[in-house]
Amino acid sequence: MTTTTQEIENFDSKAYLDMELLRFSTAGSVDDGKSTLIGRLLYDSKSIFQDQIEAIEAASAKRGEEYVNLALLTDGLRAEREQGITIDVAYRYFSTPKRKFIIADTPGHIQYTRNMVTGASTANLAIILVDARKGIIEQTYRHSYIASLLQIPHITVCINKMDLVDWDEKTFNQIVHDYKAFASKLDIKDVHFIPISALAGDNVVNRSQNMNWYNGPTLMYLLETIHIGSDLNHIDARFPVQYVVRPMKNEYHDYRGYAGRIAGGVFRVGDKVKALPSGFSSKIKSIVTMDGELQEAFAPQSVTITLEDEIDISRGDMIVRENNVPQIEQEFDVMLCWMNEKKMVPRGKYIIRHTSKECKCIVKEAKYKLDINTLQRIEDDIEIGLNDIGRVTLRTTVPLFFDSYRKNRITGSIILVDEATNETVAAGMMV
Amino acid sequence: MNDYHLNHLKELESESIFILREVAAQFENPCILFSGGKDSIVVTHLALKAFYPASVPFTLLHVDTGHNFQEALDYRDELVAKNGLRLLIASVQEAIDKGIVREEKGFNASRNALQTVPLLEAIEKNKFDCAIGGARRDEEKARAKERFFSHRDEFGQWDPKNQRPELWNIFNGRKHIGEHFRVFPISNWTEMDVWQYIYQEKIEMPSLYFSHKRNVFERDGVWYADSPYMLKKENEIVEERVVRFRTVGDITCTGAVFSEAATLEDIIQEVAASRTTERGTRADDKRSEAAMEDRKKAGYF
Ligand SMILES: Nc1nc2c(ncn2[C@@H]2O[C@H](COP(=O)(O)OP(=O)(O)OP(=O)(O)O)[C@@H](O)[C@H]2O)c(=O)[nH]1
Ligand SMILES: [Mg+2]
Repeated sequence: MTTTTQEIENFDSKAYLDMELLRFSTAGSVDDGKSTLIGRLLYDSKSIFQDQIEAIEAASAKRGEEYVNLALLTDGLRAEREQGITIDVAYRYFSTPKRKFIIADTPGHIQYTRNMVTGASTANLAIILVDARKGIIEQTYRHSYIASLLQIPHITVCINKMDLVDWDEKTFNQIVHDYKAFASKLDIKDVHFIPISALAGDNVVNRSQNMNWYNGPTLMYLLETIHIGSDLNHIDARFPVQYVVRPMKNEYHDYRGYAGRIAGGVFRVGDKVKALPSGFSSKIKSIVTMDGELQEAFAPQSVTITLEDEIDISRGDMIVRENNVPQIEQEFDVMLCWMNEKKMVPRGKYIIRHTSKECKCIVKEAKYKLDINTLQRIEDDIEIGLNDIGRVTLRTTVPLFFDSYRKNRITGSIILVDEATNETVAAGMMV
Repeated sequence: MNDYHLNHLKELESESIFILREVAAQFENPCILFSGGKDSIVVTHLALKAFYPASVPFTLLHVDTGHNFQEALDYRDELVAKNGLRLLIASVQEAIDKGIVREEKGFNASRNALQTVPLLEAIEKNKFDCAIGGARRDEEKARAKERFFSHRDEFGQWDPKNQRPELWNIFNGRKHIGEHFRVFPISNWTEMDVWQYIYQEKIEMPSLYFSHKRNVFERDGVWYADSPYMLKKENEIVEERVVRFRTVGDITCTGAVFSEAATLEDIIQEVAASRTTERGTRADDKRSEAAMEDRKKAGYF
């Protein structure tokens, strides 16, 4: 998606096929400049096409804006353009010779926090924006906390609108200081800070000429080079069965293949495995794909596994290594992000989904709710409503096989669904 | 453990296969919306891979505007025969004949928007509870907002302001009777990814995508194939040019590009060099700023 002739001649198909994928999302309060930043990133990396530029130029002119509004590149819904805010996640794509990127531009408005969580749940990196004039505010806390809860491995805090504070180093340092004080209470491993102007482009793709006091990387450089190889769990082998493949063809008379996407670790032909919940053991006979059989497969590959023995396995079951099994419990604690206008009902019944398994559960106990600003536990008022985060004990009708969310984002996550409305009302992370 | 690393195309493929299997597991009677374009071809290919060695557990549904490229129809029929697929056709012409929709009049008449009615009718009549589409988020700004699992109410409508949260890869396909889902397994793919994948997988493509000679005429900066379905104005002159199509849909709203690209490698180079999006040649999106959003809300693909 490059544009200059020189780059065209250099387009290298083989290198393209070999690229890594980085998924990142934006976060921060309303109007901190998230959408503008994404627009700037796309624009300065020449990832925008002529007709898209013309379309946003025309739309900006029609709105009477004096410059081209880059936020319109992601704010694509009519209601968003009317109000000048982001309502739901927009996904954008671009690539540089080094990496391919999937961006989730999320809303800052508290009302749409669930959409922010949607965008952040699959991210390897979160960009948290802070308006240099305002410093750290409640939404910065909330989104940083959610990012740490979601165990997004890398956080980049962009102090934006530096043009409006005269590119002042002290302002930047103060915000970095404040943020670090807060972040020390969170479970965040890898944080970077960059002073930027999304509007003018400083330190986004190109180095700023206005802030010579800053010697760190530009945002683009960071995105291209940050190490993401170890973000998946390749140790604990987990294979949630999604679907049983039974070809109705004569040559496959007794064939039973278990289709799924490896959620963790590595599986090899000949491995001794165990099926949960039955507990029966067997050996992996083959790992099947349409391109031929594999000797080994690892997360996040989608494959079909066949076993030496005929044991009863269906959707919702899990194949694991015999000597490395997950937790198997009917009662457990989760950190819950509530996402629905209808409050959580104490002792209420919900449908719970965990990997490919679905069953019912009851809310046994709400232990505490978090005060986002102080990260204090609130234990006297534990009514959990829209955008609240709290620790809850759930009891399920059948045991689940899971890992802590820290250990594995796939086998450690659940959603709750309201039986009456079918809406997804909460996201949960196994403690 | 650095050996365990998937390149981005493999990761996208794996994600799409995962989604197709979720559809098979969560719904009773899903269909693939098959247009004969490259995206629906890739989705069908992914479905073959997802359930191998079993057959694809989905019906192919083609919403036929009656204004087709013959090459696309031939390709479709061959694909269906070769892979033992089930094909169902929902006809816009029939809907017009029955008086359910009204044909647009004039030079810019197109049956594109009329597809929504026979589509929803086919979904209702055949009790499809999920329709799988090849739409990608990079195609258009309203599509950029859509979930993998997109809920539709009993009128087939999309409510972009009130989408269900979609967390990790846990997809909630629960619905009430009469409602259905649209699912987009290749949401995260770009045009370049699609071509690279076609190249890597050696997927056979309709000849329309490759450079060929064709009678075309120009209207509002777009070059259209000459066909009996489009009225030509007096000053519109048909000439033979060397062209190919970047997207394939209804003849009356699919623009051709001048191109010498005769192989997949050529196409990849051309896509890399392109300065406009593929929908830049689609007349249906040029009607207004929110044309796609409005059509999608009403139940379009
Ligand atoms: N001066 C200045 N203005 C900026 C900068 N970045 C963004 N803005 C302006 O801030 C306003 C809000 O920008 P958006 O990008 O829409 O903010 P957002 O964070 O995406 O907002 P929501 O998505 O609604 O939460 C717009 O008027 C931008 O032009 C900057 O670096 N400097
Ligand atoms: Mg925004």
